[in-house]
Amino acid sequence: MKLIQEYIEFWEIRYENIFSYLLEHLTIAFVSIIFAIIITVPLAIGMTKMKNERLKQSIFNVANFFQTIPTIALFALLIPIFGIGFTPAVVALFLYALLPLLRNTYAGVESIDQGIVEAAKGMGYSTVQRLAKVELPIAVPYIMSGIRITTIYIISWTTLATVIGAGGLGDLVMAGIGSNNTFMIFTGTALAIILALTVDLIFGIIERRLSVSRG
Amino acid sequence: MIQLKNVNKVYEDGFHALKNINLTFEEGKLNVLIGPSGCGKTTTMKLLNRLIDYTDGELTVDGKLISDINPIELRRQMGYVIQSIGLFPHMTIFDNVATVPKLLKWDKQKISKKVDELLKMVDLDPEMYRERYPHELSGGQQQRIGVIRALAAEPKIILMDEPFSALDPISREQLQDELVRLQKEINKTIIFVTHDMDEAIKIADQIILMRDGEVVQKGSPHELLTNPINQFVEDFIGEDRLRQARGLPPMTAFVNEDYPSVKVTASLDAAIHVMVDKKKDQMPIVDADDKYLGILSLYDAVKNRDSEIKELVDESVIAYRESAEVEKFVASKETIAPIVHEDMTFIGVLDQDQLLEVLHEQIDQKSGVTS
Ligand SMILES: Nc1ncnc2c1ncn2[C@@H]1O[C@H](COP(=O)(O)OP(=O)(O)OP(=O)(O)O)[C@@H](O)[C@H]1O
Ligand SMILES: [Mg+2]
Repeated sequence: MKLIQEYIEFWEIRYENIFSYLLEHLTIAFVSIIFAIIITVPLAIGMTKMKNERLKQSIFNVANFFQTIPTIALFALLIPIFGIGFTPAVVALFLYALLPLLRNTYAGVESIDQGIVEAAKGMGYSTVQRLAKVELPIAVPYIMSGIRITTIYIISWTTLATVIGAGGLGDLVMAGIGSNNTFMIFTGTALAIILALTVDLIFGIIERRLSVSRG
Repeated sequence: MIQLKNVNKVYEDGFHALKNINLTFEEGKLNVLIGPSGCGKTTTMKLLNRLIDYTDGELTVDGKLISDINPIELRRQMGYVIQSIGLFPHMTIFDNVATVPKLLKWDKQKISKKVDELLKMVDLDPEMYRERYPHELSGGQQQRIGVIRALAAEPKIILMDEPFSALDPISREQLQDELVRLQKEINKTIIFVTHDMDEAIKIADQIILMRDGEVVQKGSPHELLTNPINQFVEDFIGEDRLRQARGLPPMTAFVNEDYPSVKVTASLDAAIHVMVDKKKDQMPIVDADDKYLGILSLYDAVKNRDSEIKELVDESVIAYRESAEVEKFVASKETIAPIVHEDMTFIGVLDQDQLLEVLHEQIDQKSGVTS
């Protein structure tokens, strides 16, 4: 009982602080993911129309390369270029998000039944019309599921952004470790988990909405 | 009119899918491409709406080189029923059928009317199916939507790649009839792919039989049935259909040359004697040169014993030339069929027992096929 009471007090004193960490966390995660979406979704769609297999493979290789660098190492590598703080954190997470987004979007458009694509061509849709009216609408659930999974990863990785002074919930955890404050460690961790679950839930609903009433 | 002259198609991987194809699809005709799997039917079809380009040769639509026609416009003017149906899963049945009219910017009301009319044509209640999605339909229903989607913008040329393959025999027959009616009525040029020879024979003006990227034989169903150019064509058409198409053998196959006849100069008694002896109630009478004159009946002969044969000959019973078709006799009400050479020389009489036997055989076969 006492523990709960103490924890409530902790919140009463710290809530503004906690919310600013949370906000920071969300900002870092969402700025990176949004940039990543803006770059990768059109790129991936373009790639499905690309005839040059070698170029396609190279793009995937580059995205894959960033993915293989350990998170901490990538943060460290970015310090000489972007210094510390918000920017290098966003850049690093952006680079991480590239591969899963690219792959899901590409696979989504690519997985459309060739018969449907052929029918669309045969009916006389232009390439742009076909993309807008047929291919993208059919691929949207796939693309959304890529975005959902990637966002969850990114929210979790944003916790590490604290090592280059970008803030976020990682700060709360680190400060807790520093001052041996279990409440701070617990709160930071729990919020990161809840955030990820909430995003998963919301995106899951959107995804289902987009894919209702089809085969 | 669509014309292919020495058209070849070599796929990127080097596969020679079409070899020197020469074809003419005339306006208002229903053309059926048929042949074993992989012979190049779909490939031929896709050349016509430029889904693939041919490697060399010449392909013209109404005299215009197809490569000079904008592919998007070309496709909107040609209905296309794709082999794998290919309905758009995220669109309702209405939107699926309305695809091309919408692309052509038809008036909304006109589109709506057209879609309903087409749904009714294929026995799908518009009220019930308009707003459904493709996955809420059975395979056969989806295929019918695939067909009417190609008809929606009233194209003059319709390409149909095995459009009825998923249908039950009854809806299949219905749609075949509908197609033939449509084509006669609105003068459509149809290119139709099928594996089913009965379907081809039923609907085609021109059948094009292909094998390994080549046209083996083309012509009307009658031509293919009565004059298959080689063993492959015969095998593909099938023994049963060929026999049926050949119909009954000619008269000569049923000639009974042993049937008695008597010269007109003989005595009536002699004639009666022959008839009684051979148990015949009718007998052909010939002249001195064995030319057929008419029939003497035993009844007349016995009744008029004092007469001469030439007074009693019934000349109204006509003789058949040996080359004549048996059907002529079957259709007549005669009870005896004398058969003669071109110069009227008497040969014999049609053997009705034998004919009956062959007729029975055919009836058995036909009912065997349909049951
Ligand atoms: N894109 C392609 N690349 C290489 N070869 C191809 C390609 N498309 C088809 N082929 C080959 O061309 C040949 C003809 O194919 P096509 O699809 O025209 O056959 P079809 O007569 O329609 O057969 P089916 O009755 O099975 O539909 C086949 O051997 C096929 O493997
Ligand atoms: Mg085919």
